[in-house]
Amino acid sequence: MTLDARIGLRLGSLDLRVELRAHAHEVVALLGPNGAGKSTILRCLAGLEPVGDGRISIDGVAVDDPAAGVFAEPEARPIGFVFQDYVLFEHLTVLENIAYGLRARGVAKVEARRRSHDWLDRLDLADFAHQRPQVLSGGQAQRVALARALVTNPRLLLLDEPLAALDARTRASVRRDLRDHLASFDGMRLMVTHDPVDAHALADRMIVVEAGRIVQSGTPADVTAHPRTRYVADLVGVNLVTGVVADGVLTTQTGARVVIADAVDGPTLATIRPHSVLIGRGDGVASSARNSWRGTIVDIDRLGERVRLVIEGELPLTAEITAAAFGELDLRRGDDVHASVKATDIEVAPA
Amino acid sequence: MSRRRRRVELPIPALLLAGTAVAFFALPLVGLLWRAPWSNAWAYLTDDTAVTALRLSMLTSLCATALSIAFGVPLAWLLARVDFPGRGAVRALCLLSMVLPPVVGGVALFFALGRRGLVGQYLDEWFGITLPFTTAGVVVAQTFVAMPFLVITVEAALRQLDPRLEDASRTLGGSGWYTFRRVTLPAIRPALTAGAVLAWARALGEFGATITFAGNFPGTTQTMPLAVYLSLETNPEEAIVLALVMITVSFLVLLALRDRWFGAATRAATVAT
Repeated sequence: MTLDARIGLRLGSLDLRVELRAHAHEVVALLGPNGAGKSTILRCLAGLEPVGDGRISIDGVAVDDPAAGVFAEPEARPIGFVFQDYVLFEHLTVLENIAYGLRARGVAKVEARRRSHDWLDRLDLADFAHQRPQVLSGGQAQRVALARALVTNPRLLLLDEPLAALDARTRASVRRDLRDHLASFDGMRLMVTHDPVDAHALADRMIVVEAGRIVQSGTPADVTAHPRTRYVADLVGVNLVTGVVADGVLTTQTGARVVIADAVDGPTLATIRPHSVLIGRGDGVASSARNSWRGTIVDIDRLGERVRLVIEGELPLTAEITAAAFGELDLRRGDDVHASVKATDIEVAPA
Repeated sequence: MSRRRRRVELPIPALLLAGTAVAFFALPLVGLLWRAPWSNAWAYLTDDTAVTALRLSMLTSLCATALSIAFGVPLAWLLARVDFPGRGAVRALCLLSMVLPPVVGGVALFFALGRRGLVGQYLDEWFGITLPFTTAGVVVAQTFVAMPFLVITVEAALRQLDPRLEDASRTLGGSGWYTFRRVTLPAIRPALTAGAVLAWARALGEFGATITFAGNFPGTTQTMPLAVYLSLETNPEEAIVLALVMITVSFLVLLALRDRWFGAATRAATVAT
């Protein structure tokens, strides 16, 4: 299964010109600042916005091809769409919300209800079947939205900012849930987000969109190591460390220890920004930084006046230093360095 | 905002003015109650003129409401959703009869749909349909003045509706019509009800356009307001009783729908300005 899309569209001040492809085995995240055109891309794929020029095909079947006069209405496309803040139908019960897609496609009422009930059981929401969606929490509403989109077995699942409506506390557990549900769905999965943490946690591949153009695409690790633009470097290309926190120390799966300043416990996601990482030569000197790891420079990437260093070692990290510091330290690929980070520079969130 | 304002104590002069305004609306009602011939009330209510007029009023105002819904909802949808050149002018045209003196509306209808009218002559010639001075003419006159109330209310609701609700339905496999029936219509139902009641109340009270376009024939075109007006000259006591009946009906409807109506009407006003 593949999605092939070439989208050209002018919409107000947005001039969108992107080409993207997605396969069934991967979760793709579309990342970018507000107004970059991410959501418009999803709307084009869903048929809610016709492309100006270009071509969109799902499994080789064209669904939008203005040159050939082809345009499939949204209801005729094999898609599921999870909207930002979910947009559940408030005049219908939770069960009717999920059954909606089946009923709209002509499935008999009894059969539609049975299949929807199966979904509710799977999502642990059977108690809410006959309630209105207004009573659901953010996480529950998201599960209902997901079930509503998946009940018709779409080939392509589109998610628009699926976690943006949630507060920080529920976000982690919903993100974990979402990852499991995304993993159990065997179609193509395309997700829009402006949060790199979500993209890192959920996606196999990132496509970064800025001002209507794709500026970079690749695995999260790849994008972090070699960002092509300032936006990617500052907001997308961050180090994400997962592990378990006990007594103010996060221990990763490989055994690396990261001292953090926030009082959290249990599974945790720590974000280390590359520009917060200090690089020194040799064994390191005494400093106020609570963290210091040894490593080897395996890659060097220049981005304007800054240099990105990819370091392998106790804790794989990407660091960003100024070109001047880079020159002074006379760093080369293969050099042993120590990387240090102040505990207060590390952002943590429950994982 | 309004909640905060409510907590502020109203200065005495404003209170006096507001009280006067309430009295201004209440006094005519008290006047009617005071002059009402209570001993003969039942006889007036059950006499032929009153019963016929009341039945005709109910029939025609409900028909006008049904027509307003049938044509008004699509019109509201067109005005709210389709961006076409001259939309502002079309909206103004369709809402014109709200501000037009009804008599003027009746005269205009007469020259359009009358037997020698622009369209009326062909209706008569080709189909044998004559509207003026018939019950159908009453319905036309009432619809003409009542439909804008429904259109303005429903259009406001459609504009307030999150368009993504309809998008969601489309992505779930709902065709345009299915989406309208299952999502749009239920979502705007409160406004539709409010608009229909407003339109119905306006149709029920219609006088000027009716008497100009449809005349004043007992049994076919003499509705309640016309009967009230006529009996004022011949039998004032009966006029008072009929007037009280109309006031009671209108008051009860407003009372029953006050929350919905005020909600929707406020929204309509916000959108209109």
